[in-house]
Amino acid sequence: MNFDVSVEVTLKPGVADPQGATIERSLPALGFDGIEDVRVGKSIRFTIDAADEKAARDEVEDMCRRFLTNPVIEDARISIDVPVAG
Amino acid sequence: MATVGIVRFPGSNCEFDVAEALTRLGGSTTFLWHDSDTLGDVDAVVVPGGFAHGDYLRPGAIARFSPIMGAVQRFAAEGGPVVGICNGFQVLTEAGLLPGALQKNAGLKFRCETVELRVASNDSALTNLCDGGEVLRIPINHFEGNYTCDIETLEQMREKDQIVLRYVRNPNGSTDDIAGICNEGRNVVGLMPHPERASLELLGSTDGVILLGSLLAAAGARVRTGAAVS
Repeated sequence: MNFDVSVEVTLKPGVADPQGATIERSLPALGFDGIEDVRVGKSIRFTIDAADEKAARDEVEDMCRRFLTNPVIEDARISIDVPVAG
Repeated sequence: MATVGIVRFPGSNCEFDVAEALTRLGGSTTFLWHDSDTLGDVDAVVVPGGFAHGDYLRPGAIARFSPIMGAVQRFAAEGGPVVGICNGFQVLTEAGLLPGALQKNAGLKFRCETVELRVASNDSALTNLCDGGEVLRIPINHFEGNYTCDIETLEQMREKDQIVLRYVRNPNGSTDDIAGICNEGRNVVGLMPHPERASLELLGSTDGVILLGSLLAAAGARVRTGAAVS
């Protein structure tokens, strides 16, 4: 079965995020107030063929740990969807 | 004569400068293509600067899976001297040969300038000819040189004297002003500054010579003890 996978990689809480900090400082200049905790990450999308959702998740978690993230500084948020037929 | 193997990935761009600087100091060098799974008969390894595999995903993230890195891991495990410069430092942290990670510079500025470094430890494959405490003028050239690690790792590195070089004035926000570190075995060293770019008067500084000379000394010691692997 094919699953749509989305992996969102962000810096761990506590790791300085210079891009996020720069955006956060810039927003008030455009009139957007009350914004906090801006974090910038990257999004990685792909499809995976796996027996079931758990098997897909296990594989993606392994991928994240070994390759898609640097676990020293980054976290991954994994979303898995079964594509709707038709 | 000690032979230094210089790893080349697609996107490496400092390998010829490193080879030139080491040759001028009396070393012999050979290039090691990333696709090879053996090092041949070398007494030390340099992973040079550049943009291995385009720095795609993260600097060093793809390079660490190159066949040559398995051979570098084995060589390092046997005590062979391994030095990663700039992008090479990023590759060695991604490969787990050195602790921590390099992230984007604080201020998001690409820094390209000569900086002052203090030798924090003279007990490593890259600083064994130093007195310790002296200040060296060596160029940096990076966007992702902001050394980061958790507090436990930092405490452990301080305790084990693994911080080898510190910036006198921190250019990139690195933890504890770290410019270079070594592993517990002291044979693997990573640093963001480029000693090969401070190896001739014409380049504005010759302070990199003592570091590259230290690497050749570590390689030479390996030749004399017959520890070189084939």
